[in-house]
Amino acid sequence: MTAPLLEVTGLRVAYGKIEAVKGIGFTVEEGRIVTLIGTNGAGKTTTLRTLSGLLAPRGGSIRFAGRPLAGVPAHDVVALGLAHSPEGRHVFPRLTIAENLQLGAFLRRDKDGIAQDIKHVYELFPILGERAGQAAGTLSGGEQQMLAMGRALMSRPRLLMLDEPSMGLSPIMMQKIMETIARLRDGGTTILLVEQNAQAALSLADHGHVMETGRIVLSGTGAELLHNEKVRKAYLGED
Amino acid sequence: MHELPQTLVNGLALGALYGLVAIGYTMVYGIVQLINFAHGEIVMTGAFGALTVHLWLPGLPLAAALPLMLIGGALVSVSVAVAAERFAYRPLRDAPRLAPLITAIGLSIALQQIVWAFYPNAKKPRPFPQFGDSFQLTGSLRIQRDDLFVLIAAPLCMLALGWFTARSRTGRAMQATAQDPGTARLMGIDTDRIIAVAFAIGGAFAGVAAVAQGLRTGTINFEMGFILGLKAFTAAVLGGIGNIYGAMLGGVVLGIAEAAAITYIQNIPGMSQLGGGGWKDVWAFVLLIVVLLVRPQGLLGERVADRA
Repeated sequence: MTAPLLEVTGLRVAYGKIEAVKGIGFTVEEGRIVTLIGTNGAGKTTTLRTLSGLLAPRGGSIRFAGRPLAGVPAHDVVALGLAHSPEGRHVFPRLTIAENLQLGAFLRRDKDGIAQDIKHVYELFPILGERAGQAAGTLSGGEQQMLAMGRALMSRPRLLMLDEPSMGLSPIMMQKIMETIARLRDGGTTILLVEQNAQAALSLADHGHVMETGRIVLSGTGAELLHNEKVRKAYLGED
Repeated sequence: MHELPQTLVNGLALGALYGLVAIGYTMVYGIVQLINFAHGEIVMTGAFGALTVHLWLPGLPLAAALPLMLIGGALVSVSVAVAAERFAYRPLRDAPRLAPLITAIGLSIALQQIVWAFYPNAKKPRPFPQFGDSFQLTGSLRIQRDDLFVLIAAPLCMLALGWFTARSRTGRAMQATAQDPGTARLMGIDTDRIIAVAFAIGGAFAGVAAVAQGLRTGTINFEMGFILGLKAFTAAVLGGIGNIYGAMLGGVVLGIAEAAAITYIQNIPGMSQLGGGGWKDVWAFVLLIVVLLVRPQGLLGERVADRA
């Protein structure tokens, strides 16, 4: 077996005295979808923000593509092949869709490749192509989510981290986003997916980890977790 | 009405100068939401830098020395602005808002005192070279060559800045950083570098403004940054702080309003003692208050409704 693309061991992250992530470990193998699920405040977003360098870990190690990631500033992490589509979408509201996508490729210098990838994003999400010149702030929530995902893809990442892509979306829009994630995986992109919508995430994922107050309390394949009684009770609203 | 063209030209020159300084406030505010109250002093140090270059070149005609003075003034202003960002503001990046604000005020006083104490003979105003002549444009309309400098320099600077922010890669990164710094870093943008660039651009504009102010008034002193900075800050707010075109527009509106107040208010029956140069600052701030009552976001400002 080859080494996993991402390997997290004993990761701890704190805001001041409050420890939000209390020593977690998991791996993401190349070509897989791995999901972290759990309620608000479980530490999922904190974990992603630490992986992408926006937060500094207090302890533990992160290895990405064979090299340690701790201490690498956020603006250098993306160059290593790790892209992060943040919670709440965070598109640049006063820039156009096309400009947002260009910024996703900020570190790339291959003009032709960038143009080609923008075309690819427009194929994935035709609505973005139709509105290429429109300010991103005028888009609906679902469209902004598409843009955030497309923008993250523009760096040609080896690992795409998606933080709550289904948040605030209509069921139809959510289904569309989930289908796209599956398509991306089939196209060879490795994905680390953070979701509160456990049903959708687990149906899609090869592996899942359930987080509670900063710890991973349960791990398994997507199917296993989907049929786990505890998960069904706590996250799928069954009693 | 025969004074109108002359009043407009005078106001335009004054306003272009305010606008150049206002760019420094608006660039920095737009990107780190800091009112850099030391910016007036950054202009002042640039003026002394330009004067120093002039004193190094005795006998050289002013027209020939001017480009070198501009470079000298801009170099000093940019250096002071970038050093202020690196050593005074960056360590406070995550501190509560008031900390960098008070630091800015402290820095403003410190820069004044440093020039007062260490620049030769700066305890009194120092003469600044002037052309001193003027052109007759039409009939009664005259334009000072010292005013002509800012009337040419300001539009050129604005064109360059407009191109830079809209078209260049760094300019794009600057817009992204202004709108969402955390996400900008996720794109691979080194936001610390972008912030330093914003300070540097403000410094370069300050250097040009410093030369323009020296030419117009023929004298510079260590306190000159205070009122100039205050007026330029007013112009930036008037135009909509954070917007570069707003800063220049605010400067021009303010400059023309001041020139008009000097010329016309004394002619209004019963208000003769409220006109003339002595009251121009009062009318400038009256204008600010009126504009902010009607359009709190400034002339070109956008309503702040960020983040869902």
